[in-house]
Amino acid sequence: MKELLIKNGFVYDPLNKIDGETMDIAVRDGKIVEEVKKGKTIDASGMVVMPGGVDIHSHIAGAKVNSGRLLRPEDHYKDVELKTVLTRSGVGYSIPSTFTTGYRYSRMGWTTVMEPAMPPLKAKHTHEELNDTPMVDKGAYPLLGSNWFVLEYLRAKMYGECAAFVAWMMNATKGYAIKLVNPGGLEAWGFGRNVRDIDDPVPNFDITPREIIQGLCKVNQILNLPHTIHVHINNLGKPGNYVTTLETMRCVENLATDNKPIMHLTHCQFSAFAGEDWRTFKSASEEIAEYVNSHSHVTLDMGQIVFTNTTTMTADGPFQFTLYQITGNKWVNNDVETETSSGIVPFQYKRKNYVHATQWTIGLELALQIKDPWKILLTTDHPNAGPFTAYPKVITWLMSRKARDDVMKKVNKKTRRKAPLSAIDREYSLYEIAIATRAGQAKALGLESKGHLGVGADADISVYNLDPKKTNLADNPEAITKAFKKAAYTIKDGEIVVRDGEVVNSVNGRTYWVKVETQANLFEIEPELKRAFEKYYTVKYENYLVPQNFSAHQTPVTAKARIKS
Amino acid sequence: MTLVKNVTCPICGTLCDDLEVEVEENSIVDVRNACAIGEAKFLNFTDPKHRNLKPLVRKGGELTEVSLDEAVERSAQILAHAQYPILYGWSCTSCQAIRVGIELAEEVGGVIDNTSTVCHGPSILSIQSVGIPTCTLGQVRHRADLVVYWASDPYSAHPRHIERYTSFSDGRFQESEWEHYVTRLRGVLGKKRLSRASARISMREVSIPPIADPKLPPEFETEKRKLIVVDVRKTRSAEIADFFIQVEPNRDFELLQALRLLVKDEELEVDKVAGVPVDLLEEFADILISCNFGIFFFGVGLTMSSGKHRNIDAAIALTKDLNYRTKFAIMPMRGHFNVAGANIVSTWQTGYPFAVDFSHGYPRYNPGETSAVDILQRDESDASLIIASDPVSNFPRNAAQNLVKNPMITIDPVVSPTTMMADVVIPSAFVGIEVEGTAYRMDCVPLPMKKIVEPPKICLPDEEILRRILLQVRQIRQTGGKA
Repeated sequence: MKELLIKNGFVYDPLNKIDGETMDIAVRDGKIVEEVKKGKTIDASGMVVMPGGVDIHSHIAGAKVNSGRLLRPEDHYKDVELKTVLTRSGVGYSIPSTFTTGYRYSRMGWTTVMEPAMPPLKAKHTHEELNDTPMVDKGAYPLLGSNWFVLEYLRAKMYGECAAFVAWMMNATKGYAIKLVNPGGLEAWGFGRNVRDIDDPVPNFDITPREIIQGLCKVNQILNLPHTIHVHINNLGKPGNYVTTLETMRCVENLATDNKPIMHLTHCQFSAFAGEDWRTFKSASEEIAEYVNSHSHVTLDMGQIVFTNTTTMTADGPFQFTLYQITGNKWVNNDVETETSSGIVPFQYKRKNYVHATQWTIGLELALQIKDPWKILLTTDHPNAGPFTAYPKVITWLMSRKARDDVMKKVNKKTRRKAPLSAIDREYSLYEIAIATRAGQAKALGLESKGHLGVGADADISVYNLDPKKTNLADNPEAITKAFKKAAYTIKDGEIVVRDGEVVNSVNGRTYWVKVETQANLFEIEPELKRAFEKYYTVKYENYLVPQNFSAHQTPVTAKARIKS
Repeated sequence: MTLVKNVTCPICGTLCDDLEVEVEENSIVDVRNACAIGEAKFLNFTDPKHRNLKPLVRKGGELTEVSLDEAVERSAQILAHAQYPILYGWSCTSCQAIRVGIELAEEVGGVIDNTSTVCHGPSILSIQSVGIPTCTLGQVRHRADLVVYWASDPYSAHPRHIERYTSFSDGRFQESEWEHYVTRLRGVLGKKRLSRASARISMREVSIPPIADPKLPPEFETEKRKLIVVDVRKTRSAEIADFFIQVEPNRDFELLQALRLLVKDEELEVDKVAGVPVDLLEEFADILISCNFGIFFFGVGLTMSSGKHRNIDAAIALTKDLNYRTKFAIMPMRGHFNVAGANIVSTWQTGYPFAVDFSHGYPRYNPGETSAVDILQRDESDASLIIASDPVSNFPRNAAQNLVKNPMITIDPVVSPTTMMADVVIPSAFVGIEVEGTAYRMDCVPLPMKKIVEPPKICLPDEEILRRILLQVRQIRQTGGKA
């Protein structure tokens, strides 16, 4: 029996409505309990105690991430991690090697991270990497928005069958949530084309993105998956795309029941562009915020820009090709049969560039104008808008107008003149930060034992050396950044793994996947489907599956499907 | 008798996963669906003439049989006391073994390099400088109406590549050209027969017809799927192809750059480029532009001929240019069955695909400096561990000399010049036949390798051997060199 007591910290636990009260948190055998008698004590007086950080969207593992690593030795040379007795060596910066990724998240107090784009055909690759990512719990979302089976089922309006297929897919790839990237557009990209908007039919398939989004949303409801559908919109990264964003949110409006979110719209900053071209480009954060404030069926995450040299990587092949055309940088494209595509382009976000600076304001405007912090979560779409190691900075910008103004002084003049951000006074409280980085993320993911410190929760806890009683945080942005950069303690499953920003104990962390309980295995019922499968793919059905316990620490989460068969 | 289905073949980067293997009393009696190379391996791998079956340690100049523990112990001693060891090979083993190998290299502060350093290394350097538009092989099966093999001969080296993934495979949007090929072959054979018969009737010697100026055949006007081969000689693959373009040796770079100009609607002011008439090149450029989905497959003929990674730069740049006009992809034809996996595992653990140097305590990568051949040529390393490869036969002479001069550990199921020259030989089991694991196909699709039969007792999996060595190395280092 391993016990631990965290004494006298200022506890921020929004799911249990605890807002900075001085409390003790007791831990036994990796879980939070009412009280403990003996065991180790951490004196957290004058410190902030929060649930361990959760990241709903961060590209940390898999085929695409690894191609990015291979593509950019210049990204690694400048940022290395030495081997220690406890830890493996590695490299950064924007696409860190797997071990380094785990350590760096943990040093900031994060304990759960989700890889949001797993090509199902290469699921084993993603899982092998997740297995080598220590310190954090993980999960991965299979890409299903351009999968041939899905498109064919949805075209025929066979939602039940589609649900059975997706359930099989979750089991086969050990996936966690349904991911849609430029729905339908990636199939079109197979022949170098794209879809224009959510009503532009997918070539050769006679189905529109709207039908795909609605269909998978229904499927998600049938399957009762813990997370909603996770959507990267059509037209991402194009001026004027906020219209598509609004359309995408609207198209599932009437599927919502009892005010619950049914769609997660990811890295929304890239989807809130107004204007007709890059010259007339401007922020559409107000339009998006207005819609989100008056509806409760969507959650968003920010995709906040950081001014740095980073690596853009998405499954959105056509978008990455556009970035290649704009920048002329090196470009990787990798289309995956029957399923998806992907692209990678290194990218430098510059303060003095009007578009980049405006993008920086859009992310913050969304977070500050959407009133309910449960609806917009903090991400940088690592590494697309910036590496996750910039989270302390983003937290600081949200908490301190002074910090934002300091950046504003340095950015492009036109942005400074035009951006609505200049007029926004709102500053996040620590309670709201705890929502945006932990509670809200865990809630959106349906991870019931994460994101809070109630009895029975996983003992994933972070302690930050920050005293909100003594310092006025908004006026001391450096104090915020400093505290969040190096957690005083990170506790994973009841073990102290980080102390003063240094790893003191290397642990593995689980990989969550959703085991959907359906009545039977779809492919066993229908041998015809198995034949179709082997026609569509160049690998055998049996060799496609990620076996149970393929990697160590796989942990199934069950979902009870409502499929009638 | 049992039939094991869906077996992945542990030979080349094509990684066919549809083999069926018949097993009787722990021995393989028949293999179906495999190519001649694959079949030969499955049926003959147990041949004791070629197999390492004893752990050996060199004592007094002679390789002497020892216990496995002693061989492991000796290996650990060599590595733990070396200043700058090289850990080389990796392309014919599983990703699980490679993971441990990297941990070992990090522990001993050595260099870990894989066979891509002497194979598709230049392709990787090129990807690092310009990127790569590529795809998985299924995209080619379903969509490609133009397939170009450049400086690679799949018919001989990747025998089932054409049948499984390209011109002779049936896809959703493209049909197999197999029947057309057979018809054409019949036509050619018929013609030959006729001319022989007429020669016999007219009692005249048939002279070999003069080689006409290469011209595109008339069926190129049609919509059908096309297969083109570009090479320095008429290979077996070229004989299957709809068209063959012969490039002068070491002049691929010129040809590729000329095509780039043509694709960008520039004009060439010469008659021939690299031995190919410009008229023909113009037509070739038109074919490249007007396909719906095209792909270049390139082989070592491009990476290891004059120009090296510059050739690949040009080929990738051409592919990128073509993407402004249509959809085009490019893919290296990887050789060993898991050479792609060796690059992939190395990249996720260290950030770099090959030639990773841990001597500073963190991963460092500078091919030319940290690559195995270059280190050996400069004679900087003082020990080596060679696994699943045969550098003594393949490396440049002075590199091989410097390699065998210092203590060398080999882990290999088969006897090779390298194992014969080694100081420690540890027999291991065959991945994909006697041990399971993961391997990556040339398009980076992970596939499971199966265990079909039990290995001989003394032959452990590579992964386990490496773990034992790693454990011992750690013990030696903790006790300060006194084991």
